[in-house]
Formats: sequence, structure tokens, C-alpha cells
Amino acid sequence: MGKEDCMVAFDEMTGTGGDVRQAYTALDRWLKEAPPEMLALRRSQAELFFRRIGITFAVYGDEESTERLIPFDIIPRVLTKPEWTKLEAGLRQRVTALNMFLADVYGPKECIKAGIIPADLVYRNACYQLEMVDFQVPHGIYCHIAGIDIVRVDADTFYVLEDNARTPSGVSYMMENREVMLRLFPELFATHRVAPVDNYPDQLLATLRSVAPRSSSADPNICLLTPGQYNSAFYEHSFLADKLGVELVEGSDLLVKDDVVYMRTTQGPKRVDVIYRRIDDDFIDPLVFRSDSVLGVPGLIGAYKAGNVTLANAVGTGVADDKAVYSYMPEIVRFFTGEEPILKNVPTFRCREPEANAYVLDNLDKLVVKEVNGSGGYGMLVGPHANKAQIETFRRKLKASPEGFIAQPTLALSTCPTFVASGVAPRHVDLRPYVLSGANGISCVPGGLTRVALKEGSLVVNSSQGGGTKDTWVLDA
Amino acid sequence: MRIRISHAISYVYAEPARHITQILRLTPRDHDGQHVMSWRIEPTIDGRLRATQDPFGNIVHTFSADGPIAEMAIQVEGLIETTDLAGIVRGITERVPVEVFRRDTLLTMPDAALAGFAEEATQSAETPLAKMHALMDALHEKIACIETGQRTGLGAAAAFAAGEGIPQDIAHIFMACARHLERPARYVSGYVAQSDALTHANGAHAWAEIHLDGYGWIGFDAANGLCPIDTHVRVAAGLDFADAAPIRGARKGGDGEALAVRVSARDAGGRAANQ
Amino acid sequence: MLSRTADSLYWVSRYVERAEYLARILDATMRLSNLPSSYGGAGSEWQSAVATAGCDEAFAKAYGEANERNVCDFLTFNPDNPSSIRNCLALARSNARGVRTALTSEMWDALNGAWLELQRFEKKRMDREEFARFLDWVKNVSLVFDGSAYRTMLRDDGYWFSRLGVYVERADNTARILDVKYHVLLPANEQVGGSLDYFQWTTVLREVSALTAYHWVYREAVKPLLIADLLILNRRMPRSLAACYENISRFLDLLGDSYGRQGPAQRQARKTLANLSNTSIDDVFQHGLHEFIEDFITENNRLGGTIIEQYLQ
Repeated sequence: MGKEDCMVAFDEMTGTGGDVRQAYTALDRWLKEAPPEMLALRRSQAELFFRRIGITFAVYGDEESTERLIPFDIIPRVLTKPEWTKLEAGLRQRVTALNMFLADVYGPKECIKAGIIPADLVYRNACYQLEMVDFQVPHGIYCHIAGIDIVRVDADTFYVLEDNARTPSGVSYMMENREVMLRLFPELFATHRVAPVDNYPDQLLATLRSVAPRSSSADPNICLLTPGQYNSAFYEHSFLADKLGVELVEGSDLLVKDDVVYMRTTQGPKRVDVIYRRIDDDFIDPLVFRSDSVLGVPGLIGAYKAGNVTLANAVGTGVADDKAVYSYMPEIVRFFTGEEPILKNVPTFRCREPEANAYVLDNLDKLVVKEVNGSGGYGMLVGPHANKAQIETFRRKLKASPEGFIAQPTLALSTCPTFVASGVAPRHVDLRPYVLSGANGISCVPGGLTRVALKEGSLVVNSSQGGGTKDTWVLDA
Repeated sequence: MRIRISHAISYVYAEPARHITQILRLTPRDHDGQHVMSWRIEPTIDGRLRATQDPFGNIVHTFSADGPIAEMAIQVEGLIETTDLAGIVRGITERVPVEVFRRDTLLTMPDAALAGFAEEATQSAETPLAKMHALMDALHEKIACIETGQRTGLGAAAAFAAGEGIPQDIAHIFMACARHLERPARYVSGYVAQSDALTHANGAHAWAEIHLDGYGWIGFDAANGLCPIDTHVRVAAGLDFADAAPIRGARKGGDGEALAVRVSARDAGGRAANQ
Repeated sequence: MLSRTADSLYWVSRYVERAEYLARILDATMRLSNLPSSYGGAGSEWQSAVATAGCDEAFAKAYGEANERNVCDFLTFNPDNPSSIRNCLALARSNARGVRTALTSEMWDALNGAWLELQRFEKKRMDREEFARFLDWVKNVSLVFDGSAYRTMLRDDGYWFSRLGVYVERADNTARILDVKYHVLLPANEQVGGSLDYFQWTTVLREVSALTAYHWVYREAVKPLLIADLLILNRRMPRSLAACYENISRFLDLLGDSYGRQGPAQRQARKTLANLSNTSIDDVFQHGLHEFIEDFITENNRLGGTIIEQYLQ
């Protein structure tokens, strides 16, 4: 199963020809010399490190073990400087377009009037937050922190698989992966000039400071809003708050008075200017969104709309990373930037279009079908790897509500050498770089989080579905 | 008709509240069918009351007060002059694209039974308007209306399955059906004055509005089986009850909340008598 | 700092302190109940243990008869008793987990390790010997946690709130022992002087680990008046009410100075401390030991409430 796409897939280390690519020569030599026992030892040391720092995630719907470690693979994924330079330019362009798109759909709606994107796709989308219509967000920025999922299919071609414009997670893994590699393999860093990633918190802090409301003091008070210790990404929230040097707050720590947000401190209420929120729109203010939310802050939207606090990301960014909207991204990039998209989109069939849906229904065994509102690899059919029953289930779903799905050809995601039970073997990977947008411009630390599908032949890299992570190196020279 | 409205929502807390914030959608606006002659909102305790507008154009008051608050009430008094326009709603500044109102929401998500009912009820009607009337008649026939206060709203599908609903449920069922038939639909909360024409007129009320090409928005009160007439005072509209609820609140402390609502909407007498 | 963080630090300390206190009571009660019944209070020592733990009502609801098995179960592993040792340690850990970055890793390890170990104890069948080991272990958890706080925490408001938790809880605990046992310390009983009284008195001292301290301080045979003096007024005795209030007042003052603002908590604590300083043990007995203790418990609870109001919400 899946063998054939392993054979055609581009390998990060050996390309398609079998010769080791230049960026990997030193790593290849080291791997060949390294005794397998040493690799196994280092791997268990890495696991010990992650356990000790308590970097875990919760798997929803899995009662057995609510806290798990994401498997870490000790073999890094390497990108050359020119590869990264091109990727970074594409990411900047894409995130610029995402922000312009958001400003437009909540403002003049030019892209809808121009027919770039169907009106109903925006207006009927539950993520299109009416509260945001005609509201000027501070400094005009909606998506301050974006995570763009990238896959590679050959030496020169990178596709965007998905945009994450709400509350993308995983950046703590990017940083901790580097940390553990530096501890375990100092010799590799002596032979490779790896671009650092540990300035991410500084860049994030600068981004958050830059978007403080104009009414705030020169030294804006920033906090990170978490749903609390039972959230799957709580480790990341406390990690980031710690690195940023800002308070980690829960909804009940904040109060709103006369449209100003305060946090409850032992010295009385202290004004809050910028909230890096890791709570979804629906839960952020029970007076405006879901009234059963106990995680949010009553009155927060009022304060936001009065211009007294900045939310990062803004409310309503979900309309930009919807999978159906995704299929229009090339046109969106062209419309707003006037440039050709640097990063490609995976060709996408919009099942809402009858012709496309007919094709999809005829080719379910060859396509990847995704639920428009699904995330984390749930609600997804990987045709070539699916059994008959799974395909028939999706056929029924597609016939019942075609507008809820898109389909894409199975991509031969690139593979990267990975240390698995049988030794070092190729496994499919993707890449999630994190792009920050502030009043101070766009920044992006080199690399990002590489996710790896640990099962042989598997294309699903999500941690909730048996994926692991790797350190990602961008070589400076 | 001149309608005098008096609405009091009172709260008693077993454990005094330290702080409360409330969002009040209790203030009607003018449109072609209604004119607000006077309107007053008065909380019985000191606090801050600030008026804004929500995305739907509803007038929203935010009320906040610090405790300890053992009890409080919001009192609303007003006088409205209405005209019967056969349910047609005009003269409102629409702020949200009509397409938005085709969204399914938590409370208006149709299930198979609802969808089947909507299709069957409307299949013999010719025009979109006739279809909506057919739907209203069928729904009025099928689902018994019980008084608000007998229970809380269930959402469209559950109320339909239960076979009876408070006016809020019936509005949601109607909206769910209309949206299933690809009509934009919205929820309206308001008041109705007692009249011989109505079977359900207990002061506060809720109904649906449907957008039809050539007409704009038209009200459908399936609980009463008619389009709103001059007995209906329109206060707030939204995607469903959650957007148009008269009060949404949050509080610190204040365990053991007891809520009491008193509402009346009455014909205040003819124009001549007041001139 | 965030009120919630301070609140968690305060409660983590209180719960750990309370767990240790429960272990002490059980330890002392076991010892008393091991005596031949002619010396003991015919089983009333278990009822008295529940009362001292401050949960007689909840106990009566759950069990009825106060015997060794019921009381030990209720005060140690019972998940339905909000202040069983198990729940104290669980609450301490979950409070700590929510504010992990405010704790040092040593403090977290102490709590997290205790929680894991507790689950091992829970699974074991306990004979008396094992139970005694368990009680020792609980006391040790408290020592390790307290010690790691003392040795590793920055001396700022976080530390002060954590200390306040310890001393408010400790004052309450000592006062509760006195509240339940005051009658064995009254002069009317002193004349009896039998072995029964001796065991009762030393039980009181054991409950606060002060039997040895007593002899060093007073160099006299065990006498009720002096026991009361040691537990109420003697500042050299770390669990005395006076010592607790000396600390409470000190840490509240540090907070007040650091925040540049004094409040009702500071004033209340000073008043209680002054009271304890200006009173002699004879005054206490003249005024009525029971009334004195009851007043103190009320005042101490009030101070707890004031601290919460002033800083923690």
C-alpha cells in the first residue's frame, strides 16, 4: 500500500535520481557513520527531554491517554538558502494577500464585486463574523500570526496545502525541536551553518507591540489568553507566555469596564492593550458569540470595537483559511498584489460546482477529499489509501452536501530520511512556517515546523493521526 | 394602532453579584410600519448604560454595574404607533448582505424531517411568496404554539420533533424550512398587542422574516398563522434567537439567580383620543 | 502578579499544609487508640479526630459510626470528602498545574511526584504498619514542598502569598485542635491527673509535633496550662497561634510595602497579633479558653476572606 508514491516521491536528501543533494552531503556522511545504537540512544534522550519539560498535547476523543508526546525524529530536514529565499518571498506575498482579502471582505468587498470569489462563499460562511463588518481593526492587520502549510513535490515546486489564519499552533515544537537538537547533536551544528529560530519570541513580541491601539501607552501591556490547562495546546501557551515575558491569562482573569480591558492583579486592575488570544472566535465573548462559553471575557468585543484593545489574531480571520476559499487563493493573490503567485495552490475541485463534483465522484479512489470545515486531518478521505467502505461513506456524504467538500489530486509529498524501527527510511513530510504581520512589517523565522508521517507510505502528517515532527534547518551557506 | 408597552425583567440573586454586564436589545427602531413615539429603558440600580448598534442595525444597550447586587430589574416603557403593511418591512437601513441570512445556525439547523416537511408543504405552491404562505399555513397547522415561559427554546429540529413549541421555536422552524428552500430568513423579536385576529399575543413575541425578490423582507408569524399586522412591534432581528435575544448577560458571583418577567403590550386607544 | 496566580500559590500551600495536618491528627489518634481501653476514651478519640479535622458533618452524612476504619478512610483516600488527604494533594497539584511557570521546578516536582506516589498508595492494601508509613510519607511531602519553596522561590509577592497560605492554614489547624480538645485542658480536669489525662494531653502535643519542644521550653511535667501557653502564645513554637500571626503579619507587611498600599488585611492581622502579644495564658483561662479559641477561629477565617478580597479576586 502506498509503495508506488514512495517511489515517485521527491526525496529531500536524494531527489529523484538517487544522488545525495548538496545540502545533505554532510548529514548523509554523518548518518552513514553513526552507529544505529547511538541514534537509538539519542532518540530516547530526546524523548526524555520532551517528557521532562512536559511538552504534550491532548488528543480529542481519545480517553485512554489524554496527554501524549508528539514523536520527535532526530534526523533534521534541510532547506538550502535559495530554497528558503524563494519560499519566504512566496509566504510574504501570500500573507499580504490574506490580510488584504480580510480587510476587503470586511470593508469595501471589491473582490466580491469583481467576481474574484462568489459572494455566498463569504457571506454564508459561519467564520465570516458580522461583528467585523465595517470595523477598522488596529493598524489594518487581521492575521498577525499565520501558519502556512507547505508541501514539496520536486526540486523546485512548493505547494501551499492549507492556510492557517486563526490560531495556528506548533511553534513551540519548532523551538523545542531546535533546542533538543542543539543539546544532542552539537557536532552537527559545528559542520552546518543553521539559521537560528530562537528569535521567534522577540519577533512575535515586536509584532504584538507594533499593533497596540493608538490610545495605549508607549509600553503596551500584552497578555496571552488561553482556554486553560485542559486545552490541547496549553503547553504551547505557557511556553510562549514565558518566552515573551507576558502574563498567561484565562478568561476569568480579564474584566471589561467601560470598554477597557483589565486583568485582575494583586495590585488591582491593570489595563491590557494587546491580547494574543488562543481562544476561538466562538468562545471569546459570551455576550456576543456562544453564550455558553465560560472561557471568554464578557464585553471583550465591545472593548475591541471601541478601539481600546487589539486582538491578535483579529476576530473573523477564519473566513480566509476556509478550504473552499483556499481554492480561490491564486486569484486572490493576483487581485490584491497584482503579482503572479510565487507559491502554487494544489489544484482543487470545488465539489459545490456540479461538474467538478461529478468528476470527484468518478475518481474517489484517486483523490484526497477534504471537509471544508474539518481540521487536523479529520473528515478527510485519502482515496488511494482508503478501503471500499470508506470510499462509499464519502460518496454518500458528497452526494448529500457537495458544498461541504473539496477534492485534490493525491500529491507525491516529498520524503525525508527518518529514523524508524527498521532503521533510516524515507517518510513523507510537510512544512509549516510561521509568518508574523505587524505594523512593523512581515517577518518569518527561517524554516518552521516539519511534520512527518511516521507510517510507511502515509501522507497524513497531523499529530493527532500518528504524525511526528523534525527540526527544520535552513542553511545559511 | 397605538401600542403601549411595559416590560420588566427582574433578577434576584441568592448570593449577591459582584459585577454584571448585560446586552439589551430592547429598543425598537422606526420603519414604514412603525413609529416610536416614546421609549425609555431604566435599570433599577446605578450603572452605566451605553447605546450602540449591532451588525444587524439593532439598537443595543450595554449595561454594566458593580456589586454587591442582591436584586435588580430592567424596566422598559414605550409607546409605538403601527400601521398594517401586510408584513412587508421597509424603511430599514440594511447593513448585512442578504446572502448572510441563508446561513444555517445552531438553532435553525434542519434535519431530514424538517427538510421533508418544508418540501412537501410548498410543492404545490407556484410563486416564492405563495410557497412561504403555504409553509406558514402548514406549520401553523402542524405545530402547536405553547406560551413562552412554559419552557426554554429547543431549536428548530428538536421543537419540530416535539410537535409543539414556544413562539421562538416556531420562528426557528419556519426559518430552518425557508433556508432549506434557499430563502434568506431572519429571526425577529418584538411585542404583540392583544387583538381578536391573534391566538397568541402575550406581550413578548417572536416571528420570522423572509427575503423575497421584488418584495424585500416580509414577516411571517406562524405561531398566529398570519403575516404581522399593526399589532406587531418589531424590536430586533438576527440570524437566530441568539442575535436578537432581548437580554444577554454575564456576571461575577450572583449564584442562585431567579428571573421574573412581566410584559404587557396594549392598544393605547385611537389617534383621535390623543390629539 | 495576576490575582489567579497569587490565589493558586496561596491555595497550593494551604492544601499541602492541610494534608500534613490530617496526617498528624491520624497519627496521634492511632497512638491514642492503641492504648488499653481503660486508658482511652472508649472510642471517642475517632469522633474527636473527625471533629479536629473540621468535617464532622460531612462525615456523619457519609458514615455514621466513627471508628478507626471509617475515619481513616474518610480522612485519607475518600474522594467525596473535599478535604481528604487525597483531595488536598489533588487540589494542590491542579492549582499548581494552572500556574506552573509561577512555581519553581522543585516545587512542581514535589507536588507532581506526590500525586503519582499517592496513586500507588491508593492501590495498596493497608495494614497498620503500611498506614503509618503512608502518614509519614504525607508529612514528608509537606516538608519537601515547604523546603523547596523556602530554598528555591524568589522572594517576591509570589513567595509571600504562598507563605500566607501556610500560616493562615496552620493557625486554623492549631486552633481547631484546641477547640476540640479544650475540655481536657481545663483546670477541672487537672486534678484528676490520671494516666487518661496524661495521654490526652500528650496527644494534643503530638498533633502539633511539640512533645519534645514542650520539655525543652518548660522543663516541667506536662500541664494543661502550659500546653495551652505553648500552642497559643509561645512564639518560639512554630505552630503556635502567636508564631503563625507573627509570620502572617510579616508577609502581609512585605506585600503592603512592595505594593505601596496597606489595606484591611494588614490591619486585621496586626490587631490579632497585638492581641496575642498582650495576653497572658492566665488571662486566656480567666476569659474562658473555649471562647478565646472560638473568637480566634472566627477572626482567622475573616482574615482569610479579607486576603482573598484584597488580593486574590
